[in-house]
Amino acid sequence: MIFRGKVWKFGDNVDTDAIIPARYLTTSDPRELALHCMEDADPNFVARMKTGDIILGGENFGCGSSREHAPIAIKAAGVSCVVAKSFARIFYRNSFNMGLPIFESVELVDAIKDGEEITVDSSRGTIAIAGSTKTFTINPIPPFMEKLIADGGLMKHISRK
Amino acid sequence: MGNTITEKILTAHTKLKKISAGQLINARVDIALGNDVTAPIAINEFIKAGGKKVFNKNKIALVLDHFTPNKDINSAQQCKAVREFALKQKIIHFYEGGNVGIEHALLPEQGIVLPGDLVVGADSHTCTYGALGAFATGVGSTDLAAVMLTGELWFKVPESIKFVIYGKLQKWVSGKDLILHIIGRIGVDGALYKAMEFTGETIGKLPMADRLSMANMAIEAGAKNGIFAPDAITREYVKKRAKRDYKFYSSDADAVYSDIIEINAGVIEPQVAFPHLPSNVKPINKAGKIKIDQSLIGSCTNGRIEDLRIAAQILKKRKAAPTVRLIVIPATPAIYKQALKEGLIEVFMNADAIISPPSCGACLGGHMGILAEGERAVATTNRNFVGRMGHTKSEVYLASPAVAAASAVLGRIASPEEL
Ligand code: SF4
Repeated sequence: MIFRGKVWKFGDNVDTDAIIPARYLTTSDPRELALHCMEDADPNFVARMKTGDIILGGENFGCGSSREHAPIAIKAAGVSCVVAKSFARIFYRNSFNMGLPIFESVELVDAIKDGEEITVDSSRGTIAIAGSTKTFTINPIPPFMEKLIADGGLMKHISRK
Repeated sequence: MGNTITEKILTAHTKLKKISAGQLINARVDIALGNDVTAPIAINEFIKAGGKKVFNKNKIALVLDHFTPNKDINSAQQCKAVREFALKQKIIHFYEGGNVGIEHALLPEQGIVLPGDLVVGADSHTCTYGALGAFATGVGSTDLAAVMLTGELWFKVPESIKFVIYGKLQKWVSGKDLILHIIGRIGVDGALYKAMEFTGETIGKLPMADRLSMANMAIEAGAKNGIFAPDAITREYVKKRAKRDYKFYSSDADAVYSDIIEINAGVIEPQVAFPHLPSNVKPINKAGKIKIDQSLIGSCTNGRIEDLRIAAQILKKRKAAPTVRLIVIPATPAIYKQALKEGLIEVFMNADAIISPPSCGACLGGHMGILAEGERAVATTNRNFVGRMGHTKSEVYLASPAVAAASAVLGRIASPEEL
C-alpha cells in the first residue's frame, strides 16, 4: 500500500490522553471521537489537517491508556497512517487489531521537518520525502501482523479460521 | 536454560512445551475484563463478528467503574449497553451500582483473579494482578471481543527485566514510592514491551497492598506486565478469597533476563512525580514549595484499606487547608465498609474531606474532582499527563497516600515529617 501526505510532527511520549482526552470517552462513535483527535497536543489539528495526512511521533507514541478510542479517533479523522520511532505496546496492538497502518522508522523521524510531504510504500518497506532522493527504511512487520492487516483486522482474522 | 515466571505462565496456557521471548503465541485466557469505556466497543465488535454466546460466562468480568454513578446521558447509554449484554449473556462477574468498585482493586479482592492465571483486560492497568503472581496485561477492546468469542488471544512473549530490591524501607516509604523511583530511573519507555519482575529481600517482606500498587504502575514504564513470585504473603491474601484452584509459579535460577537492575530501597525517600510524566520523579525534600488546590486519595493504585489507614493516621485531629479540596475515594464497597468500621471515614470527614463513592472519578478527569486552568493537584493515582485530571493547563503531582494527606493539611506538597 502507498500512503502519501503531509506530516504533522509531534514529540516523544505522545500519550492517549493527548490523542483523545478522557472527557470524550463517554462515547465510542468514531465521528464524535474524530472531532477531538490530538486535541490536547494541538487544539487546531483537526481543523487544519487534510484527509490522507500523516501523524509523526517520536519514541513511545500512544503510551498510557488501553483506549482503542485513540487509534479510532486518528483513523476516523482521516489520517492515513502513523510513523513513529517506537510505539507503546497496547497502541501498537490496537492499531493492527483494528487496521490503522503504523510504521517505525527512527531515521525518518529524525530527518524530517513538520509540514513536509512523504510517501510511505508499505510493501517495499520504504519512505521517501518529497523533493529528496533519499529513502528511509521501515522496521519490518512480523508475518503474523501482516496477516492481520491482510485479513482486515483481528475479528475478521479469527472469523476466517 | 531456564524460564522466567512470565514465560512459565504463558507456556501453561498453550499447547506448547516450551516457549521463549519474542515468540508469537496463541494462549488460553482465564479472565477477561472490560469496563464502561472499553466494553461497549468490544460488545459491538463481538456482535459484528456474528458472536452469539460468550466462550464462558464465568471468565468474563464487566465492571462499570469509570464514569459511574453515571456522569451524563452518554455514559448512562454506555452502561446500559453493557448491562444489557451482561444480563443476556448471564455474565457472572458483572458489577454495577452498589457492588461496583474500581476494577483493579475489586478483582483481586473478590478472588476473581488468582496466582498463575492469564488475565487480559481492556484497561491498561490490568497489569495490577501481577502482584498475585498472575500474568496480567492490558489489551484493547477488539482483543476483548476476540477473547469473548474464542477464549484465546495472541501474545508476543516478552523479555523480562529483573529488579532486585534490597534494604529496609524508611518511615512513610511505600510500594508507591518504590515504583515511582523505578520509573524515574528507567523512564516511561524503560521497560517497553517487557515484563518487570520484582524480586529481592525488600519485596519478600512487602505487603500485598504495596505489591498491587507497584504492579499497577508497570505500564507507566511501558511494560507488558509486572510480576511478583507468589509466596506466603500471597497465600495469606488469596486463601480466604479463592473459589477455584490456583497455581504458584516462580522463575528458574538460570532464567534469562534482558537486564538485571539492583535497587537499594533503604535510601529512598517518599517520591513525587512532577507534571507531565510519571517518570519526572523527585524525592520529597527536593520538591520545593508547591501550592496545591486539590488532594486526591484513591484510585486503583492507592485506594485500598491500607492506603486509607495511612492517610487517616496523618489526618487524625487535623484539617485540610481551607484552600485545598481533599477527596477520598475508597476503591471498593468492602473497603468503604471497613473504613467506616474502623472510624476512618469519620476522621476524613472531620478533616473536611469529601468522600466519593467507589469510582475512577477524577483519576482520569472523568467527573467529581476536575481541575480548572492553572490548578494543581497532588494525587495518589498513576498518571499525570497533560489534561489527565482536567484543563490542559492544570497539573498533577503523583505521590503516596502519606504525602497526599500531609500535603492536604499544609496546602502544599509536603512530607508527613513536616507536620
Ligand atoms: S482508577 Fe484511574 S487508572 Fe485506575 S482504572 Fe480507574 S481511571 Fe484507570
